Amino acid sequence: MTDIAIIGGGPAGLSAAINARIRNKTVLLVTNDYKDSYLAKAERVDNYLGLPGLGGQELMEQFRKHAESQGVEEVNKRVISVMPMGESFFLSYESEVAEAKTIILTTGVVPAGKLPGEGEFLGKGVSYCATCDGMLYRGRKVVVVGKSADAVEEANYLHEIGCQVTFVADKEGTRGLAEGVELVTAKRLEIRGDKAAEALIADGREIPADGIFILRQAISPQDIMQGIQVENGSIVTNKRMETSIPGVFAAGDCTGRPYQIAKAVGEGQVAALYAAEYIDKMKKEN
Amino acid sequence: MANEKAVHLNEKSFDEVIPQNKVALVDFWASWCGPCRMVGPVIEQLADQYNGKALIGKVNVDEESELAMRYQVMSIPTVILFRNGKEIAREVGVMPKDKYASLLEANL
Repeated sequence: MTDIAIIGGGPAGLSAAINARIRNKTVLLVTNDYKDSYLAKAERVDNYLGLPGLGGQELMEQFRKHAESQGVEEVNKRVISVMPMGESFFLSYESEVAEAKTIILTTGVVPAGKLPGEGEFLGKGVSYCATCDGMLYRGRKVVVVGKSADAVEEANYLHEIGCQVTFVADKEGTRGLAEGVELVTAKRLEIRGDKAAEALIADGREIPADGIFILRQAISPQDIMQGIQVENGSIVTNKRMETSIPGVFAAGDCTGRPYQIAKAVGEGQVAALYAAEYIDKMKKEN
Repeated sequence: MANEKAVHLNEKSFDEVIPQNKVALVDFWASWCGPCRMVGPVIEQLADQYNGKALIGKVNVDEESELAMRYQVMSIPTVILFRNGKEIAREVGVMPKDKYASLLEANL
């Protein structure tokens, strides 16, 4: 079992990982490709102490190098859910499962609101996990709403297992889709159906589909973790970065404004320290 | 789980057993689905806890696609509660154990 599973590899997640390693805890860092993070896309950052004038990508690379030197290993997968199991937690990322003593959520800014119809049809045609549910749609029409970097891969996977796939992107420039996957560019999306989802309306055009896979950069914390307390889209924490669920900590943009690197790094460290303390206490009690 | 207590159902055994039980909780799952592997141990715990009180079953949607179609399982894990053979509630996605337990409690 891993000591600390960290979900999200931005500055908060990396800072938590480094500090957890320094305290001799094992770490599992599950994250998107760092090149998709908001920071990696920032042109220039001037307010981070001691390292002025660097580009976002350069900063990220330095942070990552530091983490790597501490023995932090990362897995580039999409986390689907986290569940408390008594004295530990189970987390699933695509088709894999891991067990950890504590969780630190560093998932970044919560994505903008859901699509109209998304909540209503979740589990009734709408899915966030192509690996999990793809097989249930073999031989049927599906739409992939591609808002994350790995969406193309997932669309190709669905195509490979025998779904008829339409890929919907919000801007031009999608590359790497398998032959036979239809590409549609549209901005305004809506899901329609009756008892289950029946179609995606993309800029007014109706695309009939039995399955609609919505693949975002990040899944909102409530969707990953049932029952976690959230206010105005941010995870509620105390000064020790503890969330409403014992053993679960949060740090960085997902806990709210300001969305700044220094704040994320600081919170990541605090979360790791108290997560380590939580583990040590648990050990004593047993 | 070394000691599996939940009953693995195929189409035939499902149709025999589910209507005969006042309360049955069935987990629709597949081996390729990570979240299903989290729910699995919870279902086993429930099977232990409700032994003799309710039927706790599992349906592999890969092998029993007919059952998955019949109950319109579109996302897994899906856990369905049956009372005298009729579906009365379902939970889609990973839920804490309490949620499944309270479904059972409310119907026993």
